[in-house]
Amino acid sequence: MEFFGKIGSSVEGSLAYVGSLTSLAGRAAYFTFIGPFQGKPLRFQRAVSQAMEAGVRAIPILSLITFFIGLILALQAAYELRRFGAISFVASAVALSMTRELGPLITAVIVIGRSGSAFAAELGTMKVSEEIDALETMAINPVSFLVAPKFVAMILMLPCLTIWANFMGILGGSVFGVLQADFTFPRYIIASLDALFMRDVVTGLIKSFMFGVTITAVGCLEGLNTTGGAEQVGRSTTRAVVMSIFLVILVDLVFTMLFYFLGEH
Amino acid sequence: MALSVDNLGLDESFDGPMISLRDLRVSYTGREILHGINFDVQRGETLVILGGSGSGKSTLLRTLVGLEQPTSGEVWIRGKNFSAISEVERDEIRKRLGMSFQGGALFGSMTVGENVALPLQEHTKLEPTTVEIMVRLKLDQVGLSGFEDFLPSQLSGGMKKRAAVARALAMDPEILFFDEPSAGLDPIIAAGIDQLILELKKAFHMTIIVVTHELASAFLIADRMVLINKGDVVALGTTEEMKNSKHPRVRQFLDRIPEPAVAQELDYLQMLTEPSSKSGEGRQGKSR
Repeated sequence: MEFFGKIGSSVEGSLAYVGSLTSLAGRAAYFTFIGPFQGKPLRFQRAVSQAMEAGVRAIPILSLITFFIGLILALQAAYELRRFGAISFVASAVALSMTRELGPLITAVIVIGRSGSAFAAELGTMKVSEEIDALETMAINPVSFLVAPKFVAMILMLPCLTIWANFMGILGGSVFGVLQADFTFPRYIIASLDALFMRDVVTGLIKSFMFGVTITAVGCLEGLNTTGGAEQVGRSTTRAVVMSIFLVILVDLVFTMLFYFLGEH
Repeated sequence: MALSVDNLGLDESFDGPMISLRDLRVSYTGREILHGINFDVQRGETLVILGGSGSGKSTLLRTLVGLEQPTSGEVWIRGKNFSAISEVERDEIRKRLGMSFQGGALFGSMTVGENVALPLQEHTKLEPTTVEIMVRLKLDQVGLSGFEDFLPSQLSGGMKKRAAVARALAMDPEILFFDEPSAGLDPIIAAGIDQLILELKKAFHMTIIVVTHELASAFLIADRMVLINKGDVVALGTTEEMKNSKHPRVRQFLDRIPEPAVAQELDYLQMLTEPSSKSGEGRQGKSR
């Protein structure tokens, strides 16, 4: 009996957590899309600086990692394909798995590590040093001032980064294609593009948009829920990273299933 | 006096009590911290809230500025019931309050100047050059001229507090709140902060609420004092009245007597004088 009670309370806890994530994302969406029409201007400059930090500064490390991932994918795919003499399919294998799955996912994981954790640490520190309280006493809404610009930055930058990641992955794959599979570079790129349908790219981008919402909501919520001192800020940051990765995978699963069943018809 | 852009029915010539607490009760996770607080603060008055650690004085201050919600009872600020008005109205009142937090609570990612400018940029339509002048004026007022471009991390503890006061003053507030203004400062710097509070009081006729347990500073700046113990008002009165009070808790606090020495006496006194000792008002009455 106690066992079921535990299951019940943990399900309740999870639902409450998802509820507060949705509520935070909803308030941020309000200040992004509706607030500006009610005389509460969007903090555009803050959004731009967040976009620089979360997006533009992530490009070097993202490029390197997704380049390697593309190369790894090519090697792994070729390992199986060459037994069937189908090594020329390596281009389409890499292109499809990058755009549909690994591009958005790897981008999300890198952004969690760089920005999701930073959001939690920043807001957590602000919370424990009473800066969030200070905003409230100054009649400045913390969600509007701190969270909304992060949302704007992330939902714009994550799809952009994903496109870049897809490209770098294909580039990584082409190294193998050119050196080992008798492709010339232009032919490899053409083969990749031929394998892709618009649908593949778009499903990846829809996922990355959802990942952006998830990462920001978790990072900011964990930050805002910090109580106590410096030690708790560290704990919030850890929780933000672990929870973001878990939820991103969950969102990925849900959307992949959705696209799979929608694609049947 | 206030710089507020719109003024949603806030009466400029309001002359009732600036703050009025009626049977204020606040609970955290089911445990009641404040058990029915009652007092008024008049315009231009400096009230010092005294109390030991864990007495509920910080919770009281947080409730006054709207950071905590009362579980029952009312907080009236400038004639408006703070917990019963809309978010917009509450923000309108908050623009007329200034709060200086214990650790300063300056935004670490912004310079001192940007910190002070923030409320002006958010709530007024002033030109950037005007904002700049205002910032310089406010920093001048707290003795920090020339520190606009410093980051809070580059300032000493006392300077941080001064910068926080400058930010609290940015909107020319009618009520100024201080949370432990001299905590963690050396006596000379602390005296400087006291001096600053006295200057603000004299020059701008501001209503000032200070939470502290520094007795010397309290007696220097206060018009009236209220002593909070375990969530109840123990005594409320002018500095003279407090000095001459016979109430055992007041004596204990002012004469710095450690807990056990007075506990028995207190229990005995309570048994004799107060059959129903739960109500804060009762104690308040007797102590005066």
